[in-house]
Amino acid sequence: MRARVLVRPKAGILDPQGQAVERALPALGFEGVRNVHVGRLIELDVDDPGRLPEMCERLLTNPLIEDYEIEQ
Amino acid sequence: MKFGVIRFPGSCDDIDALQAAARVGDAALLWHADHDLEGVDAVIVPGGFSYGDYLRAGAIARFAPVMTEVEEFAREGGLVLGICNGFQVLCEAGLLPGALLPNVTLKFVFRQVDLEVVRSVGPFMGACETDQRLSIPVKHTTGRYYAPDEQLDRLEAAGQILLRYAPGQNPNGSLRDIAGVCNERGNVFGLMPHPEHAVDPLGGSTDGLRIFESMRAHVEQHVLA
Repeated sequence: MRARVLVRPKAGILDPQGQAVERALPALGFEGVRNVHVGRLIELDVDDPGRLPEMCERLLTNPLIEDYEIEQ
Repeated sequence: MKFGVIRFPGSCDDIDALQAAARVGDAALLWHADHDLEGVDAVIVPGGFSYGDYLRAGAIARFAPVMTEVEEFAREGGLVLGICNGFQVLCEAGLLPGALLPNVTLKFVFRQVDLEVVRSVGPFMGACETDQRLSIPVKHTTGRYYAPDEQLDRLEAAGQILLRYAPGQNPNGSLRDIAGVCNERGNVFGLMPHPEHAVDPLGGSTDGLRIFESMRAHVEQHVLA
């Protein structure tokens, strides 16, 4: 089964990458953009999607600094 | 006393760490794929880009075969020093609290910094003097120390913060200027600065030697005695 794991920096942790993108957009004329955060997308084919949460906790994310969301 | 320096694919400060350790004791390279620490008295996880730092710095390296042995060694009270990438590996492995995030500037930093010795006791700082400053270089892109606020309070209360960047010299946005932390038991220590690059007068500072000398003194007094 095809699955996607969306990884985000945890809310409240300083995200300089998001801030850099947020500052860059108005310079190109894209006004009115706020709260930009940059994360990571992991796509995978998996036989047993029930094991995805464990994969996320143990390797795909660092739960101390990242939140994740699984899409199947 | 014998130091063991782990070499992962992508390590690049392993030889400097080996040569620094060899100034105060015997030193040997250990291979990431071996389930063997070869009887060393202390382990150094060196800097570099283990396994390409794919996914997150240190995330893959922590599952290397040799890390099972390092975890066992640490559980038994053995001394483990993680430098830069090694610090990231030990955090990912759960041997040290917290995590390292990309520098707040998003830039690679490479400069000499002054570090304040928070506590001049224990296996890693015993050879330092109270309130001493160590001049040691940093060179990294992912060195912003992070832990939740409550955990930082606990680490401070428990005396687990061993080194801080001197005021105004925090190169990466680390919370509370933290440059190095140890585990609760005090036998595992990680820091972003590179003591192995500050061991020869030609390099401008020999302050990094204090850490290796501390480890030797601890092993000689408590393990080999």
